[in-house]
Amino acid sequence: MDFPIFHLEFLGNRMLIAITAIIHVLINHPLAVGAYPLITLLEWWGLRKGEPAWDKLAYRIVFIVFIITTTVGALTGVGIWLTTSLVAPFAIGSLLRVFFWGWFAEWLVFISEVGLIMAYYLTWKRFATPRLKRLHVAIGATLSAFSWLTMALIVAILGFMMNSGAWTQDKSLWSAMFNPLYLPQLAFRTPYSMFTAGLFVWFCIFFVTKRDDPIRPRAVRLVAIWTLAWLPLVVLGALWYWRSVPAAMQANANVALLTQAFSQWHGMFIKIIGYTVAVVAVMALIGAVRPRALPRYALLVPFVLSIWLLGHFERVREFIRKPYVIADYMYANGVRVSALPVYQRDGILPYATYSAVKQATAANALVAGHEVFMLTCSRCHTTAGMNNVITKFEHLYGREPWDHEALVGFIQGMHLTRTYMPPFPGNEAEASALATYLRSLQPPAPAVSAAPAVLTANR
Amino acid sequence: MLTDFIAQLPNFLAQVATTEVPVPHDLEIPLPIPEWALKLWVVPVFLLHIFFVNLMVGGALMAFVNEIIGLRFPRYDRLARCIGETVTVNKSLAVVLGIGPMLMMNLLYTIHFYSANALTGHAWALLIPLIITVFLLAYLHKYTWETWTGPRKGRHVLVGGAVAALFLFIPLIFLVQVNTMLFPDKWSQVKGFFTALQIGNVFPRYFHFVAASLALMGLFLAGWFGRKSFPVEEKLPEFTRPELRRHFYRWTFWVSCAQFAFGPLVFFTLPTQGITATVMLWIFGAVFVAILVLGLLWKEIHESDARIGRRFWPIAALFSLVVLGMGQGRHVYREAALAPHKEAIARKTAEFRSIELGTQMRIRTGLGAGDALTAAPSGKKLFAQTCAACHAVEKATSAPSLVEIHSLFKDNPAGIVSWAKAPGKKRAQYGPMPPMAHLGDDNLALIAAYMLEQGKGATAQPTAAP
Ligand code: HEC
Ligand code: HEC
Repeated sequence: MDFPIFHLEFLGNRMLIAITAIIHVLINHPLAVGAYPLITLLEWWGLRKGEPAWDKLAYRIVFIVFIITTTVGALTGVGIWLTTSLVAPFAIGSLLRVFFWGWFAEWLVFISEVGLIMAYYLTWKRFATPRLKRLHVAIGATLSAFSWLTMALIVAILGFMMNSGAWTQDKSLWSAMFNPLYLPQLAFRTPYSMFTAGLFVWFCIFFVTKRDDPIRPRAVRLVAIWTLAWLPLVVLGALWYWRSVPAAMQANANVALLTQAFSQWHGMFIKIIGYTVAVVAVMALIGAVRPRALPRYALLVPFVLSIWLLGHFERVREFIRKPYVIADYMYANGVRVSALPVYQRDGILPYATYSAVKQATAANALVAGHEVFMLTCSRCHTTAGMNNVITKFEHLYGREPWDHEALVGFIQGMHLTRTYMPPFPGNEAEASALATYLRSLQPPAPAVSAAPAVLTANR
Repeated sequence: MLTDFIAQLPNFLAQVATTEVPVPHDLEIPLPIPEWALKLWVVPVFLLHIFFVNLMVGGALMAFVNEIIGLRFPRYDRLARCIGETVTVNKSLAVVLGIGPMLMMNLLYTIHFYSANALTGHAWALLIPLIITVFLLAYLHKYTWETWTGPRKGRHVLVGGAVAALFLFIPLIFLVQVNTMLFPDKWSQVKGFFTALQIGNVFPRYFHFVAASLALMGLFLAGWFGRKSFPVEEKLPEFTRPELRRHFYRWTFWVSCAQFAFGPLVFFTLPTQGITATVMLWIFGAVFVAILVLGLLWKEIHESDARIGRRFWPIAALFSLVVLGMGQGRHVYREAALAPHKEAIARKTAEFRSIELGTQMRIRTGLGAGDALTAAPSGKKLFAQTCAACHAVEKATSAPSLVEIHSLFKDNPAGIVSWAKAPGKKRAQYGPMPPMAHLGDDNLALIAAYMLEQGKGATAQPTAAP
């Protein structure tokens, strides 16, 4: 209501955030959080054994990780913030106010992390004496700790958006951060980052070493053991998370209803965990015992599986959060729960700063309907692109001209039948205007009577 | 008539003003720390970020220009390479140091910042892809310097050119954003990035910024190459340290002189609404210090090789003062320009909050929010809201019709209620029906009665008009 509306008609607004976030997480977990500790381990191993070949290998891999994390990795992280501030300024603005100190701490940690990344990479060649080399390994270890800490803080914020825990009552930062899903999430993401880093580094080894390089099988063995070692923790973390989600959801949703889509998610998660862990375990065992047996592209299978796993893992946020953007406090369209009755009584248009009309009437129904759509539906729906509301209504009411009353009824009760949607924040006149607008967008029904010959010919 | 009109005028004008300048409500959650504390920090933190942005932009431009000169005079190619090496480091610092000021701006100017964002939305959405591209290109440029030579040199220069061009363009998006947020009275005219370019004084500010980047990078390089620990003999054997110092001092000097043209241009094209005595004090104080800086630079340039460089730190300190003064001046301007609008927002927010609290109180004491909410639930309305999406009277497209339901449950409305609370799976042609237990038994009983009535009407008198 209080910001000009940015709307991407074809891609859909949420898609813009989703794409940025997915790229970010897929880089952040295996590369920023997982790869630096593993690379430090390789470096330390070489130092302990007194074999420069390990060091050379680690340096080549850190170059790749350095380039990706300081460009796509870091920028997509900022990008989540920027895209959210376009699509849901009310939400990000509120979150920043709740989480100011968390965000501030995150900033300091992030500065340290980037400083350490640059120190680690740029001093690699210069720190050549054994004493300096030990210092360098220590930088690597500190960097690993800070990368993890960056993630740990951000996950608190993500967790908060899903389930605000006690925050809605006491409004304190600590209850916001230690919400019920925080620790289970972290317990999953941490080992996940580590084992996918194993897969990534393993893959890199093929590209930075020659086929007959004696270091190759030895490095593969080490990385395979690393990957294998994290698997049990992945399973434990996933199970903990899997068990915490329904409880958190039930406590959270105003209608304690587990949707069908969620039940599917829940069943599927366990299956994907099973597939991924089984495949990775077999591969890592082969890698540990017969490092030369696996061709490089075989690694793509567990890699794809683990991406699928993470994608599936992240999806739960959608179920839990909807219809809220901040649980129990604000709906996804920016309407605060406690302001809802005001809009339902007076209408939303009188309070909408940028609306062209302030009152829905029969005369301005199309304009008012469009404004109401933008205000109340457009954060989740488009009228022609992703999650297109017109095709949704077609599925419900068919191709013949829709019944006005039916649409008005649906709109006013949409939160009752579809618990992933917020209650309609408007009055009767606005629901009616919205229905008029939506009906104006309905594609003309197939002209059955006009061309019967063609129709029969087609049958 | 005329007197009437004149008497009405203030009212009328006030109305015009309120309809033209959008006055939104602020967010409900209060600021997490006092506003003055944010204001105290926002300028220094922002300047720290801008410092590295300047070095990054100025560095990319200077590396590009020197590489081109280097095509004829090879020693400049090596100089360009040494300049280019700083860009990739400074860019990482610029990004990471940008987060804090952005956080503070978001808090201090929530409404203004995000509104300007949304108004220039597509450009804003392009920022991240553009920055990622230019960063990757900058690395490509840096790590192919030794390999893309000879016939491939052209390609290398081209990449450097692309880096410079992108680094020139990206700040414009930010500038348009922070400029747009200053002028709420123009928001209704802004229809995206290009129209936003036309409000306020974007271009003078932009040239001022680019020149500042070049001047700052010049001073930075005078110190960077001039420091004892920089291996001039190894990396730039065709230059001497005093020569490098003088070269970049001179560069800083002339670019700073040009600022004496761009600066006034910015000042005189600034919309007057925020210009106050304090703003003038900061700006002209900074200008005065800038003159001192020029004097010192001039002395350094004409210093002997043995003595050049002694004034570097005093110059750097005074230069920082100039930047701080300008930055603070800008901040005070922004505060003054936005003060009336912020006040209007605060008033409107408080007004809405009282409406909201009043409504909540009525609801809590059982009075209801108003008509729409107090009206007794009717079977008809509930049915329309919760069942009609799937069930129709006669048609049975996505669920059994009411006629069929009537035939099954005509003597058993409670059966409908218990089914609706936990639906089973009977008919293969339909999907499952969602459970409706959350509606409660009473509401479901109302719905059941309504359903049966409708279904009965349709079977008993199929042809009669209702
Ligand atoms: C919180 C985001 C959100 C908001 C706001 C929202 N919807 Fe939805 N809506 C959804 C989701 C998610 C679905 C299910 C999408 C799917 O089927 O994959 C949905 C589905 C629908 C459907 C299809 C229902 C069905 O059973 O197939 C319609 C019709 C619909 N929405 C209309 C609206 C209208 C009209 C508004 C505005 C008054 C609105 N929605 C606001 C998220 C939202
Ligand atoms: C999402 C679509 C949908 C909605 C909304 C819906 N139903 Fe149904 N309903 C169905 C379908 C599909 C069936 C058939 C199920 C089957 O036979 O497997 C059905 C069947 C029924 C039946 C027949 C049960 C029987 O024993 O044959 C009743 C009664 C019924 N619904 C009542 C309701 C009531 C009351 C509501 C509103 C509170 C409602 N339905 C809302 C889809 C829906």
